[in-house]
Parts: sequence; structure tokens; C-alpha cells
Amino acid sequence: MAGAAPAADAPATAAAPARPGVGFMGAVGALVRKDLRLELRTRESVPAMFLFSLSTFVLFRFGLDRKTLEGDLASGVLWVTLLFAAVLGMNRLFVAEREEGGFDAFLLAPVDRTSLFVAKAAVLFGFLVAVEIAAIPAFAVLLLGPSPFQALPGLLVILLLADIGIAVIGTLVGAMAIQTRARDLVVPLISLPLILPVVIAAGNATAPLFAEAGAGALPTRWLGVLGLYDLVFGLLALAVFDFLLED
Amino acid sequence: MFGRGLRTLSIASVALLTGAFALVFLYAPNDADQGFVQKIFYLHVPLAIVALGGFIAGGVFAVQYLRTGDRSHDLRSYVAIHLSLILGLGALATGSIWAKASWGVWWEWDEPTLVSFLIVFLLFACYQPLRFSIDDPERQARYAAVFAIIGGAFVPLNFLAVRLASSLIHPRVLSTTGGSMPGEMRLTFFVCLLAMVCLFVTLWKYELASKHASMRLRSLKRSLAGDDAAGPLARTAAPTQI
Repeated sequence: MAGAAPAADAPATAAAPARPGVGFMGAVGALVRKDLRLELRTRESVPAMFLFSLSTFVLFRFGLDRKTLEGDLASGVLWVTLLFAAVLGMNRLFVAEREEGGFDAFLLAPVDRTSLFVAKAAVLFGFLVAVEIAAIPAFAVLLLGPSPFQALPGLLVILLLADIGIAVIGTLVGAMAIQTRARDLVVPLISLPLILPVVIAAGNATAPLFAEAGAGALPTRWLGVLGLYDLVFGLLALAVFDFLLED
Repeated sequence: MFGRGLRTLSIASVALLTGAFALVFLYAPNDADQGFVQKIFYLHVPLAIVALGGFIAGGVFAVQYLRTGDRSHDLRSYVAIHLSLILGLGALATGSIWAKASWGVWWEWDEPTLVSFLIVFLLFACYQPLRFSIDDPERQARYAAVFAIIGGAFVPLNFLAVRLASSLIHPRVLSTTGGSMPGEMRLTFFVCLLAMVCLFVTLWKYELASKHASMRLRSLKRSLAGDDAAGPLARTAAPTQI
């Protein structure tokens, strides 16, 4: 199927490559594979994000002077930590494109520019998931008072929705900041206020799950806010991302 | 280009502002609970509403800039956001004074309206640092436009998220529940709001005209006396050419 489709719009010439042009999803797939391979070889982002989360948990243990946390305090510590770790990931997201000329190569390729946004958001989402797989058990062991197993199904839903929002905003802010002189300053300055609604919604939704008396019901109102946030900024980011590349 | 109608607008805003303050002090009744202090409401609320409107207007001009590529829209967007930041600072200051007088605290975290306004203000406070850290003027305009669009959409969404988060002690002025103001107060409030909108538009046009005039002056100097006459341009967050 993939072999037959592009023949209609791309007239075959002697110079044309034998391989058919890649579609949107093909381009996204290639970019995601490239970034994952890069991360597997250099291990620049995910380990740093995870280590940073661990240190932040330790910081909170002494900053708050509490050995265990529960309820809204536990939820707040978890979300603030994950958010700061995500900021590290945003900072690194486009570094290879900028320093190794990936932007130029991408602009030369005959693919839809939005595919870069989708691929980078998917990669950041993947990084966040990888960090959370390691950091949340660490959080449960180090700080969380109540048992985490009851809270797990609800927490997974919240994490999924919040990670989408953070990945969308993070990709947009990362792409914006990479071309500025003060990249490390611009990313946290812009992304923290933008992601605050995610933290408010996710933190409030997570708080009853970590209640001392056992996990409460999942507040659907907050899931709605998270979903709305993902939808609005997802569409908006798709619409404006092209302007960050045009050169 | 931007100067048209400035005289009329200036006269209108002076007249409206004078009228509004006359209404505030002579016509509107003192609040039954708070007494005279409540009069700050007629300054605080229009400041906040106009500032938020200005942020959204900045986003709308940014959309127009990205659609047309006309740099004058970038200038419009920049000046709208710049002015809104100043008004926003005023709204935060007057709000803080009012909160101290009527609730007894300078700041109240349980208040969704205060918190969401602060978040929006903090976000747009990054607009100028972002512009300042991009050298290429064309790219500066494009990135600032993307930022302004995201920020403009962020304003209502943020208010929704924060409002859901907590209780209400801040009165809702423009809503179904907040409509319980007596007629005199409501009339005064709307005149004040109108005066503030008028003042905003006037200042916005003045700033546009002034920025445009200095751009023209610079380009005239350069074309008359050569490139050296105007001197190198200092780095700035503001658009430097149309």
C-alpha cells in the first residue's frame, strides 16, 4: 500500500529516488526514531531528568522537614518535581537540531513541517513517561505515606492527560527558546506560567488519590480541565508551530 | 499613519475620565459595608479588565501579523501588550490596597481572580525578555507573535482553571451573580470602564504614532546623510522598523 500511493502526485523521472516519498506519519516516525536513537546513544535527557527528580524529592524531604507526605502536600511535591524535570527536557529537546544543523536538513526535506512538532511532542511525551516510570516508584518509596497501589489507576489517567499538555507546551517553548540568546532563561520563564493550569488541575486531581484514609474518587472535573487544556493548546500549537521554523 | 483621530480621542478620554471620576465621587453611593474605600473598585476593575482585553488584543494583532506579514501589526501587538503590562501592574497595586482595606490582607491566595490575573501577568512579563533575546528583527516579530497568540488563548483558559480551583470571596462584577450592584453604582462602573478603554486606545495610538515617527525620522536621516548619520541601533525589545 505504501508503495503504490505516492505515484499519482510525484511523476517518476530518472532522477527521482526509487524509494517513494514519505507521508506525514512516515516523517514523524523517522524523526521520532532519530531522537530515540540519539537519546539511547548519548543518554543526555532522561537520566538527567530522573536524577534531578530524585534530588528534588530529597530537597523536599528536608525543605518541608517531613518524612512522609500524603494528600495535597504529596500531590503538590510530585507535580512540582515532575514539572521541573520536564523543564530540563524542554531545554535539551532541540539542541541537536540547532547545533548539528538538523533544522536546515529538516527544512530541505520535502515533508510537512508540522511533522517536526508532532515528532518532538511525542519524544518529549516519551521522555516524561520514562522519567515517571522511574520517579514515581522512587517517590512512593521515599516520601509517600499511603500505599500507592490504590491510587495507581487514577494516577495513570491524570499522568497521561498532564503529560500531553506538558509535551505540547514544552515543544512549542523549546522551539521558541532554541533560537534566542538566553535559551536556559527563556524556557523556564515562559513555560512555568503556561503550564501552571496543568499543575493546578493535575495537583488537585491527584490530591484525593493520595489521601491518608485511602484513595478517594477521581475528580472528573479536573480531568475535564486537563483535557480541555490539551485540546486547545494542541490545536493552537499545530497552527502556529510552522512560524517558528520558517527561515 | 497612526496619528489620525488622536486629537478627538484625547479629548474624549479626558472628558470621559473627568466625568467618570465626578460620578465616582459625587454620584455613586458609598458602599454599605466598606464605605469610602470601595471607591477604588471603579479604578481597579476597569484597569484589570482593560489589561486583560489588551493582552487578548495583542494576540489578535499577532494573528494578523502572521497572516499578512505586515510589520505594523507586530508594532500594534507589541504596544498593546506593553501598555497592558503597565495597566496590569496598576490593577495589581490597586487590588492589593483594596484587599488590605477590605479583607485585611495584602494578598489572598484563595482568590481565583487574583491568582489567575497574577499568572497571566507573569506570563506576559516574559514577552519583552523573549523579544529582547532575539536579534534578527524578522524572527523577533514572528516569535513574539507566536508567543502573543498562545498568551491570548491562555487568558480565558487560565481563568477557567483557577476559578474551578477554589472558593469565591472576590465579587464577580460582570456575571449573573455579580449583577446585584445598585443602578447608580452600575452606571458609574460602566462609565469608568468606558473611560479606561478610551484611555487605553488613546495611549496605544500615541505610542504607535511616536514609535512610527522615530522610525521614519531614522530612515530619513539615513537616506539624507548616509548610513552613519543615524548611529547604530541599541538593542531593544521593541520593533525597530515597519
